[in-house]
Amino acid sequence: MRLIMKDRTHLTRREFIVKSITAISAVYIIPDIISKAEASKPLDAEVSPKTKWAINVDVTKCVDGCTSCVEACVDENGLYGFDRPETDSQWIRKLRIKDIKTDKVTTLPMMCQHCENPPCVDVCPTGASFRREDGIVMVNQHTCIGCRYCMMACPFKARSFVHENLTEQVTSAPRGKGCVESCNLCVNRIDHGSETTACEEACMKEGHNAITFGDLSEPDSRVSIAIKTKSSRRLRADMRLKQRVTYSGF
Amino acid sequence: MDKIIFTKFIINPKIFWSNFFLLGFFMLIGFACSHYMELEGHHVTGMNNQIVWGLPHIFAVLLIVIASGVLNIASISSVFDKKLYKPLAPLSALLAISFLIAGLAILVLDLGRPNRLIVAMTTYNFKSIFSWNIFLYSGFTVVLAAYIWTMLDREVNKYSKFMGTFAFGWRIILTTGTGSIFGFLVAREAYSTAILAPLFIVMSLLYGTAVYYLILRVISKYHETYISKDILDNLKKLSTMFLFANLYFLALYHMTNMYIAKHLDFEIFILSSGGVYTLAFWLGQVIIGIVIPIILLNSKKLSSNMVLTSSSIMILLGSFIAMYVIIIGGQAYPLTIFPDHMIIESAFYDNVVHSYVPSIYELGLGIGGVALALIIILVGIANFKFLPTMISSPKSIDAVDNTSNN
Repeated sequence: MRLIMKDRTHLTRREFIVKSITAISAVYIIPDIISKAEASKPLDAEVSPKTKWAINVDVTKCVDGCTSCVEACVDENGLYGFDRPETDSQWIRKLRIKDIKTDKVTTLPMMCQHCENPPCVDVCPTGASFRREDGIVMVNQHTCIGCRYCMMACPFKARSFVHENLTEQVTSAPRGKGCVESCNLCVNRIDHGSETTACEEACMKEGHNAITFGDLSEPDSRVSIAIKTKSSRRLRADMRLKQRVTYSGF
Repeated sequence: MDKIIFTKFIINPKIFWSNFFLLGFFMLIGFACSHYMELEGHHVTGMNNQIVWGLPHIFAVLLIVIASGVLNIASISSVFDKKLYKPLAPLSALLAISFLIAGLAILVLDLGRPNRLIVAMTTYNFKSIFSWNIFLYSGFTVVLAAYIWTMLDREVNKYSKFMGTFAFGWRIILTTGTGSIFGFLVAREAYSTAILAPLFIVMSLLYGTAVYYLILRVISKYHETYISKDILDNLKKLSTMFLFANLYFLALYHMTNMYIAKHLDFEIFILSSGGVYTLAFWLGQVIIGIVIPIILLNSKKLSSNMVLTSSSIMILLGSFIAMYVIIIGGQAYPLTIFPDHMIIESAFYDNVVHSYVPSIYELGLGIGGVALALIIILVGIANFKFLPTMISSPKSIDAVDNTSNN
């Protein structure tokens, strides 16, 4: 019996390694988890109806050939396609348009216009397409049945249907085959306290500052100032959808 | 004195089973296609982010429209008290229920997430006409089942007029709902008009009558079913009336669009410059689907049977093309996002007329749906007494009306 009893005063090599890793984990990983948990607290808080998220695009600053906003959106939301442009998702795209009367060519980004009266929300049979109190129009990926009626209803062709199996989703942007998706104003970033969307950040980094995001309810927010300093318009204003995305300079 | 005696479909078992297995085979192919589309995703179909509704929707909407329309015969019998059609009424309700189930099956199996049907059945957005249609469609099957019961069971036969009237009202609202799926799409120039609802109603009346007649013809090949001259003459008159009504609403729809300045470009597209869509409209929807049937139905040279059979086939062909024009043509025309500008470059096909080539899987699903409808009808008439043995003149039916239902 004495022979098989372990001497408890000394650690074996295996015990040493296990305990060392546990200690390192406790020191480095747990505080990180706690800080993340703290950061995610706003997600539990109700969205305030006082907040009015909006985007203004100054088309005079939007540079022809620049697609940094599109690339940033792809990276932020993991929108990696399959080289099938007809079925790959696009949350934001660049357009070149020509004035019918003056022939003036303009380039601009086009994304979900986050309407206050969104047709996509009206037609969705399950309520998966919804508008948050703060104005963000998005799709609940858990209740979307993939009927695509919202895509039929959207006047701006802002929505995409996920046509195939996805493997490279990012945790901040849940996506799945058979559901409809569109720009959600980087809702995950915003809810974690960020004050900018991926597209605005990329546009600023390029030094173009064509895209301005912010809270319209705050008079001093970047977007409020942008709208005050330059008159803006909504696309298809005749439809009275009261979009939160406005365009200046054309 | 003739009696209406309803019987089961008496047919050689070999013919029954060969038809059953043939239809079952197509039905299984339909399910297999749907399963493949679900596994691989919709990129294997011809549908994309431009043409979001394709061939499955053509089949589904057409079957639902037909489902409402084939109830004509029962409605005329119960609601408008036309004794002439009384022997044909139960079959009419069976066809309605079968086509509705088939249309819905296609619609559900084409969803991106058909496994979430339970979500669609339990979570509603009552501002959506789609939500209302879920109630209207599922409710219609219940109403039809009750209606069939009142027609076939002597003890509850006294309620058949009430149920017939109720079903008639329900089907009008149902087809209004189906037309409004498109009518309420305010962003698209092809739709966005309430006229689509009555247009869909007259289309249902026309297509339903044609389908009913064709199915009755097929049944009468195997089962002794004499269709009297009165019925044939009456069906000819009805079909002609529905054709003119269809033409009227179709013209009104396009005239309205032409009058609305912002819809004018779409009208020019569909009526003159839309290539395959323009051809489909004029040749398919108008000439094959309306003009030729009108000429045929008023022909004095052909026999009534011949006239009704050929015109019904034409109407059915035209109905499919009409759905193609409405559903695909309506989406093919690009959205007008900038009324004062022209889009000269886009990575998302904003500036082009969209093209659509359906895949074999969509066709398989559609044909599978039609097979499902036909198999329900086959099993239904083989197991329940839906078929009259003698379809005779109205006077003699009047005389025995109170004692007739067996």
